[in-house]
Amino acid sequence: MDNSKLNIKEFLDKDEQKDLLRFLTAGSVDDGKSTLIGRLLFDSKKIYEDQLDALERDSKRMGNAGEHIDYALLLDGLKAEREQGITIDVAYRYFSTNNRKFIIADTPGHEQYTRNMITGGSTANAAIILVDARTGVITQTRRHTYLISLLGIKHVVLAVNKMDLVNFDKKVFDDIVAEYSEFVKPLNIPDVTCIPLSALEGDNVVDKSDRTPWYEGKSLLNYLETVPIDLDRNYEDFRYPVQYVLRPNLNFRGFCGKIASGVIRKGDEVMALPSRKTSKVKSIVTYDGELEEAFPPLCVTLTLEDEIDISRGEMIVKPENLPLESRNFEAMLVWMDEEAMDVNKQFYIKQTTNTTRAKIDSIKYKVDVNTMEKSNVEKLSLNEIGRVVFTTGKELFFDPYTKNKQTGAFILIDPITNNTSAVGMIIDKLDSKDLVHDDALVTINLKELGIEENHFNAIKKVCEEMAKQGISINLKY
Amino acid sequence: MSNYKLSHLQELEAESIHIIREVAAEFENPVMLYSIGKDSSVMVRLAEKAFAPGKVPFPLMHIDSKWKFKEMIEFRDRYAKEHGWNLIVESNEEAFKAGVGPFTHGSKVHTDLMKTQALLHALDKYKFDAAFGGARRDEEKSRAKERIYSFRDKFHQWDPKNQRPELWDIYNAKVQKGESIRVFPLSNWTELDIWQYIRLENIPIVPLYFAKERPIVEIDGNLIMADDDRLPQEYRDKVKMRMVRFRTLGCWPLTGAVESEADTIEKIVEEMMTTTKSERTTRVIDFDQDASMEQKKREGYF
Repeated sequence: MDNSKLNIKEFLDKDEQKDLLRFLTAGSVDDGKSTLIGRLLFDSKKIYEDQLDALERDSKRMGNAGEHIDYALLLDGLKAEREQGITIDVAYRYFSTNNRKFIIADTPGHEQYTRNMITGGSTANAAIILVDARTGVITQTRRHTYLISLLGIKHVVLAVNKMDLVNFDKKVFDDIVAEYSEFVKPLNIPDVTCIPLSALEGDNVVDKSDRTPWYEGKSLLNYLETVPIDLDRNYEDFRYPVQYVLRPNLNFRGFCGKIASGVIRKGDEVMALPSRKTSKVKSIVTYDGELEEAFPPLCVTLTLEDEIDISRGEMIVKPENLPLESRNFEAMLVWMDEEAMDVNKQFYIKQTTNTTRAKIDSIKYKVDVNTMEKSNVEKLSLNEIGRVVFTTGKELFFDPYTKNKQTGAFILIDPITNNTSAVGMIIDKLDSKDLVHDDALVTINLKELGIEENHFNAIKKVCEEMAKQGISINLKY
Repeated sequence: MSNYKLSHLQELEAESIHIIREVAAEFENPVMLYSIGKDSSVMVRLAEKAFAPGKVPFPLMHIDSKWKFKEMIEFRDRYAKEHGWNLIVESNEEAFKAGVGPFTHGSKVHTDLMKTQALLHALDKYKFDAAFGGARRDEEKSRAKERIYSFRDKFHQWDPKNQRPELWDIYNAKVQKGESIRVFPLSNWTELDIWQYIRLENIPIVPLYFAKERPIVEIDGNLIMADDDRLPQEYRDKVKMRMVRFRTLGCWPLTGAVESEADTIEKIVEEMMTTTKSERTTRVIDFDQDASMEQKKREGYF
């Protein structure tokens, strides 16, 4: 960045333009994670504030050159919290540089690692995995990388820390990179970057170090400031889960929602699911005026040319680009609940704005996060991951998670405790003939029950209402 | 594709609007808690944005401790009227009649009775199943680990050890009767984001945030403004006019002012960037010897 000082107005005008990067840090305290986060937070703050003309540097301020500061101590350490008996699964920290705003999801590496990492990483654009240069790629590194690939995080940094303890030896770094590259290849992470650094001494954290002249890449902070993330969203497939219907007066019927993916313009032809009725976008309404087009993750209100009845949980799409529609699908499921999976339970499933009932049909296999080995199991327990087949009470509209995070993700809620028991990433839809169990909905045969025909319409209406609440009933008459 | 880029504030705004709509859609009886502070002002604007051109489908509720700055109350009533909000004001009348106040009962008893108990009573009275609050994660240690949907049992208590996992933007809104969710749509905003947004959107805030000559008395190292005649006799002749502003707003005897010349948002931000004290250090209640914020939160305080 240029070194010219800014006045406060220029500073704010520039600040306003920054985008936001959310990233996850994975690794344990032993890897120097707290020290690294401390450095990112405090060193970047110092530089950031230096931009401001009026700033008078406090002489007691941290960060005097040539002196080791215990950065880990500056954070409200996870260790202290553990001693108090408070398990924290993820803590969020915020910092800015001259180019970007950052949200760090900091998750402890040891206990409950799967649950913690999954929780912290679901919204992350990027992930930093720390390894100790002396030990290189270990089981934990593989585990973290697998979870990151499962969450579909597109940018991964392998931060090879404690390079000072191996004399900044290029060969040590190269060997770790080679081993990691081999391991990471089948996981299909599009962008993997390896950076040699010393969090303790600051090499390649904020500034490039002259002790690694053989390293030609960026410093970690520079990488975070420049990694392009605006292309990571799906702009191809328009999906608009209706969140709320706005009817302030008889002349206005607006469908509120967040653009999950794709782009919508005024005048575009759209289709409502499941009714398959079509119309055109009349206006894209916001508090700040109408828009010509909208893209993810904007929250807008759509009005349509025709009066179509669309409720929350239904989806507006484009007729030439439809999502998958099914009551049966396969997903990677991460079990998050202390209480192990009960395959006979009817869970609630929430996917986009749609909530219905879900039953587990079968578990194809469990994945061991340490070895990536697959095995057959009867159920999943806390922190276990498996490929699971589901049947839901009504049709869901979705895409494979790898193609569309927004419509491919779901949570499972325990109907008794209301806990979020598991989270899932959809792989694909499934034919009902491929199910292990009968996909049997409750069937009511009105004639067999001796119900007279003049009641049929009323019963049909009740069933439609129940279907909206997630309980589908098969009516025969 | 690069024209589909959002600034951090646009992204935060979208995240917050999505949260607010989700609550309105999934809960039977939500309420937005309104502290009249700058964060509340931003939250209220986001709610107005979420349902434009319609009206916000839930009320605004202020828990009046009866010791708020006069300017806050004036601002509250004017804003609610001008923006068509359904405003609920609730207080612990019993304790008020019994004479409870910070000077006579200390900050701990006052806060517990006039704020926490009044809030819990009001939540029960109206049977609200979701309550929005304007807390941010960067504000305070115990908030850094709190969820956006923060579950409360039927005693309104928060259990930090037993929080529901929260992933993507899919929020679990299931509660049993009597249980509720506190919702924090500003979780990911920082103090600078709030000021930036107020500046860009021209959001009205209480004038107490801007520096002005005000009647000030020093009590235990805090600069307390003599806001009404309940200031105890012993301090009255020590009141001096000083150029001050408030970084946070609350009960006037418990909210310290800072000496400042900052009378515009730009100057406030400049001041904020150049001071190292975090914003809550001017709040007396955080320093009560045996009540940390985490303890207060567990008991139901926001």
